Amino acid sequence: MNADNATDSVYDGLVDQEDAHWAFGTGFHEPLAGVDRAVPDVDRADLTAYCLMLGDDALVLSQRLAEWCSRAPELEEDVALANIALDLLGQARLLLTRAGEVEGAGRDEDALAYLRDEREFRNVHLAEIECGPFAGGDFATTIARLLVFSSWKLAQYSRLRGSADPVLAAVAAKGLKELAYHRDHAAQWTVRLGDGTEESHRRMRAGLHRVWPFLDELFTAHPVELRLPGVAVDPAGLRSEVEDVLAEVCRAAGLELPDAAPAARVAGKAGRDGVHTEAMGYLLAEMQHLHRSLPGAKW
Amino acid sequence: MRDPELPVLTLADLGVLREVVERDGRVVVTITPTYSGCPAVEEMGADLRRALRRAGFAEVEVRTSLHPAWTTDWITEDGLRKLREAGIAPPSRLGPRAAGPVPLNLAPPSRRVPCPRCGSPRTTELSRFGATACKALRRCEDCAEPFEHVKEI
Repeated sequence: MNADNATDSVYDGLVDQEDAHWAFGTGFHEPLAGVDRAVPDVDRADLTAYCLMLGDDALVLSQRLAEWCSRAPELEEDVALANIALDLLGQARLLLTRAGEVEGAGRDEDALAYLRDEREFRNVHLAEIECGPFAGGDFATTIARLLVFSSWKLAQYSRLRGSADPVLAAVAAKGLKELAYHRDHAAQWTVRLGDGTEESHRRMRAGLHRVWPFLDELFTAHPVELRLPGVAVDPAGLRSEVEDVLAEVCRAAGLELPDAAPAARVAGKAGRDGVHTEAMGYLLAEMQHLHRSLPGAKW
Repeated sequence: MRDPELPVLTLADLGVLREVVERDGRVVVTITPTYSGCPAVEEMGADLRRALRRAGFAEVEVRTSLHPAWTTDWITEDGLRKLREAGIAPPSRLGPRAAGPVPLNLAPPSRRVPCPRCGSPRTTELSRFGATACKALRRCEDCAEPFEHVKEI
């Protein structure tokens, strides 16, 4: 582009950078600049895996929420869910960039998001399962998932603020304020639907029952999380705080807390080990196919 | 330099401009994102590079700093006034944040946001998430005008 272009087209900014990737069209090539990037004295493979866990949680739920765009029950909700997805995407980009930096193998956020296979993704199952708009749920189910996810993430990030990894601490401190909005949004919808009509109550109840089996995984520590004391948060310690929040919301919504058995693990393994549900392959196919079909494509 | 999404404000008004350092003709500008996913950050960087090149600085670096996290408390007094004049309700000041768990808010927003047009305190939130990540949509019950509100964060 011409730097002296007097018209200042808004599109110029999108193609301003030589290395702008198609995915974001940004040239946002130093997202971690300005943060203390010292890598704490821990096993690098473990820290990389932990950054991927956090980044993949945010990335995969962001992808799921984006599926609602133009399909939500009202325009305001289209905008709200897209906004929440955008916040999560922003968090994911920083966390995946950090994962690539700690790994030191030259993989950037795009390589990690678009060129990993299913078994390399470390997100919890709750982020990936189908909760609507397609088969597997509806708006109420999506709200139930968002309520559980954001209550859990909020508790996790609130502790992660004190992480010995300065980048994780900075991402958590920033993300925390966004998650508070996400959780309040989901909680207020839960109350409206639970305390609404017979039909909305029925759907909200069904939504909670759909996601409840995936709660247990959120509080089950992976060995990587336990090998990083001071850096990672032990999820087992989040349980009572999160359950208190969920109980308070359900009480206000006139909904009983579901009593559901935890979803089965495969030989003791789940999302943190790279073992995913059937939905994950379809999700990745949609998220990755363009980048894989047209490597290096730009806006 | 103006904010791409709130063009009534400069980046300094918005509090995202952290630092500008010039050494031997090389300029390093540090900005901070408002929200983690704010798409305007890249646009700001491009605008800054373009403006500085035009001002004769060949070497320009724009750095994005995450820490400490931006808060609406960093919007200057001048910035709040400009928002109000543009019909956008400015955020209230939050002050220092309490440590510990973030309290759950089940009630509809209780914070009163006066209408930036007629000043009436009787306004309702239409949508907590507005046209950009940083704004909610409200309506005044007296003059019936919808308006945007920069959310406190």
